[in-house]
Amino acid sequence: MTAVARVVPYLRRHAAFITFAVVVMALPFFIHSTYYLSILAFTATRLMVVLGLNLLLGQAGQISLGHAAFVAIGAYGSAILTTRWSLDPWLAMGISALLAGAIAGVLGIPTLKLKGHYLAMATLGFGEIVLILLIQFKWLTSGSDGIVGIPSLSFAGLDLGRPMAYHWIAWGVALVMLRMALNLVDSRVGRSLRALHRAEIAAASLGVNTSFRKVQIFVVSAVFASVAGSFYVHYIHFISPDSFAITFSVILLTTVVIGGVGNVWGAVWGTLLMMFLPEYLKRFNQDYTNLTFGILMIVIMIFLPGGLVSLGGVFSRARNRSRGPDRARLEEG
Amino acid sequence: MKSSHVVLVLVVALSLFVFGLVGCGGSETTTTAALPTDTTGASNVSTDTTASGPTGDPIVFGAVLSATGPGSPLGEPERATLGMMETQVNDAGGLLGRPIKIVIEDDQTNPKEAVTAVNKLLQQDKVVAVLGSSTSGSTLAIKPITQQAGIPLMALAASNAITAAPITWTWRAPPRDALAVETALTYISKVMKLTKIAVLYDENAYGASGMAEIEKVASDYGLTIVAKESYKTEETDLTAQLTKIKAANPEVVVVWGTNPGPAVAAKNMDQLGMTQPFVGSHGIANAKFIELAADSAEGVIFPAGRLLVPESYTDPEQKAQADKFIADYKTATGANPPTFAGHAFGGLTLLMDAITRAGSTDPAAIQKALGETKGVVTPDGIYNYTADNHDGLVADDLTVVQIKGGTWVLAPR
Amino acid sequence: MSLDQFLQYVFSGITNGSIYALTALGFTLIYNATDIINFAQGEFVMLGGLTAISLYKWGVPLPVACLGAVVVVALIGVIFELAAIRPLLSAGIMTQIIVTVGASLALRTAAMLIWGREALPLPPLTGDTPIDVLGATILPQTLWVLGATLAIVVALQLFYKRTLTGKAVRACSVNPTAARLMGVSYSRVVLLSFGLSAAIAATGGVLIAPVSFMGYSSGALIGLKGFAACILGGLGNPAGAVAGGLILGILESLTVGFLPIQGSSGYKDAVAFLILLLVLFVKPQGLFGQRTMEKV
Repeated sequence: MTAVARVVPYLRRHAAFITFAVVVMALPFFIHSTYYLSILAFTATRLMVVLGLNLLLGQAGQISLGHAAFVAIGAYGSAILTTRWSLDPWLAMGISALLAGAIAGVLGIPTLKLKGHYLAMATLGFGEIVLILLIQFKWLTSGSDGIVGIPSLSFAGLDLGRPMAYHWIAWGVALVMLRMALNLVDSRVGRSLRALHRAEIAAASLGVNTSFRKVQIFVVSAVFASVAGSFYVHYIHFISPDSFAITFSVILLTTVVIGGVGNVWGAVWGTLLMMFLPEYLKRFNQDYTNLTFGILMIVIMIFLPGGLVSLGGVFSRARNRSRGPDRARLEEG
Repeated sequence: MKSSHVVLVLVVALSLFVFGLVGCGGSETTTTAALPTDTTGASNVSTDTTASGPTGDPIVFGAVLSATGPGSPLGEPERATLGMMETQVNDAGGLLGRPIKIVIEDDQTNPKEAVTAVNKLLQQDKVVAVLGSSTSGSTLAIKPITQQAGIPLMALAASNAITAAPITWTWRAPPRDALAVETALTYISKVMKLTKIAVLYDENAYGASGMAEIEKVASDYGLTIVAKESYKTEETDLTAQLTKIKAANPEVVVVWGTNPGPAVAAKNMDQLGMTQPFVGSHGIANAKFIELAADSAEGVIFPAGRLLVPESYTDPEQKAQADKFIADYKTATGANPPTFAGHAFGGLTLLMDAITRAGSTDPAAIQKALGETKGVVTPDGIYNYTADNHDGLVADDLTVVQIKGGTWVLAPR
Repeated sequence: MSLDQFLQYVFSGITNGSIYALTALGFTLIYNATDIINFAQGEFVMLGGLTAISLYKWGVPLPVACLGAVVVVALIGVIFELAAIRPLLSAGIMTQIIVTVGASLALRTAAMLIWGREALPLPPLTGDTPIDVLGATILPQTLWVLGATLAIVVALQLFYKRTLTGKAVRACSVNPTAARLMGVSYSRVVLLSFGLSAAIAATGGVLIAPVSFMGYSSGALIGLKGFAACILGGLGNPAGAVAGGLILGILESLTVGFLPIQGSSGYKDAVAFLILLLVLFVKPQGLFGQRTMEKV
């Protein structure tokens, strides 16, 4: 096969990802407003967390209501290491991510044996414990006062704190994570995860190491969340426990479900919706924003129980119906 | 990969572009605040200028307030005050002959939203100065942005860190935590002549900051902290914490928090038969505390601006201004203004005073004029800013208030 | 620590714990019928308190205001079920849960717009005078909350065991398909569960408001603790929910008392959650939950 012949099917197979990546990275050339760039910046870090949760829930079927804690570990880790000990931000990010992963690994082993709502509560409890410790260990975290003066990211002397540069680095990392998640789903790991999600005992009898896989994906999601937290503090230059209220973990879970569980693109659509819709609603009456937002959440779930991602299914089903039965069967495969 | 997904991606990209292009043109957001529980039914909100009123391009101020979320008891009165002032100033001829416009954004007591909000104000509304936020966390998140943009920030929050270096472009209207603590502890040691204190504080930024300050300076006043316990803002019962405090035998219990916590504490102290005096913070300098604590509020002492006891004003100009402010606020909202409302009034007054003296709305000119602020009278106090002092108030601007018979009087000296 | 101090900590724990217990009861009811965790449960507690406050302000006598609030919030629960849960009864569990999250946000904001940003007080049912028990004090209102909780648990047990409707509800929780085949209207059972659960939540709100006031944001913490209590006691077991609530409250309180550091109260939630986690690691179905059979 010639190089061209190999590239074209590759492009077609990953068309959605490539289009998305190109569009996102090109945005700063067209959008100069720091207002929109700041929303996009927050969207990038939010996507990182949601991707991990999407994998956890969609592929492994595990609910976590404590992911705010992993974001906090990354955020506070980076904040403390770069302000107190003047560590290089990238090194701090790596250390925090390792820490988050290690905690997830240790915690995951006993926790992921739980099921359903019990698992949700266990993760919620863990999340709350971490947040309480963050507030109480004032000598480390300055408690409720928060930490100021967190530096921007930089690379080889290039200041990555400026809006355009930050956009590229944050979205760059988010896109890498998206690619990793997409690859995971199609890989052997992904298949074994889905197997254990659907029928754990059957999967175990077929040789899938179920507890290892579950912990594995939990660790991955924790690392994603930690990196997101680090990027967040290097953008906002400030961290306080205010950012990690109880509701944050619930909002994260909501984002995953509204986007669509079981499909990595659900993380993308969910994040975009949950970040941009409130901004749009604010233009009308700021007091009513949350009221409308809550009602819209309900409406979206009623009409699209499978999440936003199922909209694509609606399109393709409609298109296939117009084409005829044989084409439809070929496409769906 | 389904091609329908590519279609979706393109649709989303297209809407992002449209969103961006439409957005870049500037937005028509709701400007002034919807006044809360307006019993009179009349709306004072209007940005129309009368035929003989101010002319020209409006001077646009931005405000980032915590109108929703845990900080809303602070942000909502501030919003009402700013809305009220906007109308008043425009009816009285505007500023430098031009009408003023105050664009208010809600940060939901979340620093991330505050960042988005201030970016919007700077980018789309092109404000000349920013007021806010109501809460310290959001203010600290905004500070680097206004500093980098070269726009004056008039902070409405109390944390000491706000006016810690670097302080260029950052000013503060309310009294710092340190001042309130100084007033309270001075009263305890000099007037009440007590030495053993226990502190019960809210875990939020407000309470924790006050607690940290108390811990730092207690020994300077000859005070020992025999017990310190905390609570979450929404906690339903504080008898456990108070039982622990009671066991340590303090002579006075200092409660540092915003409503409803201190009110619950007051009731619980009565329930437990604790007879120690209750010294609160300026967070309970409002009628809500008395409404909640009812009989248990009797005898409670706290530091506050003189707005609560207008008879205590020594400067007649200040008293007249305070009386008018209280009356106007009551007409506009049906309630007496809490101290937070006074902060917003002071903040805007200071900005307008600086603009008047500078004769222009160029941010650098406003900044320079702010640094030369001398003797500006507001209900919160008389402000003097210098190059190093961006806080403006001194201990004398605060007084110690006691609740007697359901209203405020000056605490016995 | 002296006896009266220890007792005071226990009473303090009961005051908080009884409100967790009532909230947990509400969670259990809905979970039994539908497997859903109602994230808006705390908001129903809040609405109950605030509605009673408004009714009382409009001159309605206190006991009538309390009962009226319970009825109104039960109605809201029913409307919520019809509007948001019923269309999704055949959808996945996650979808249903997210709907309750949306409802929680909407209800909280609506409450903020109606009742304002600050907390509001309500007079207690039988006065404020604390009752002295061996040197420790307990408020009469707390006894009301406790009494109501126990009465509701007993009533629920009687309902489940003795009445036909109750048996139908139990049938649905064990096997909805079989129950349907036997002629039980599943959707009516769900409707009843939501209404009852909202009524129980409102009772809690109405009774706790005199002790700790009620504001638009009071529901979040109560909901969280109620959920934790439910899990601690074992999901699906009403008596377990009550036990879980009381145990959680007393655990928190005793942490404040026994942890030998200044400022122990900051850690009380952490200790409570830690113990909850340990319980779950040892007994994954909660203290009194039933071991579920997993079909292969």
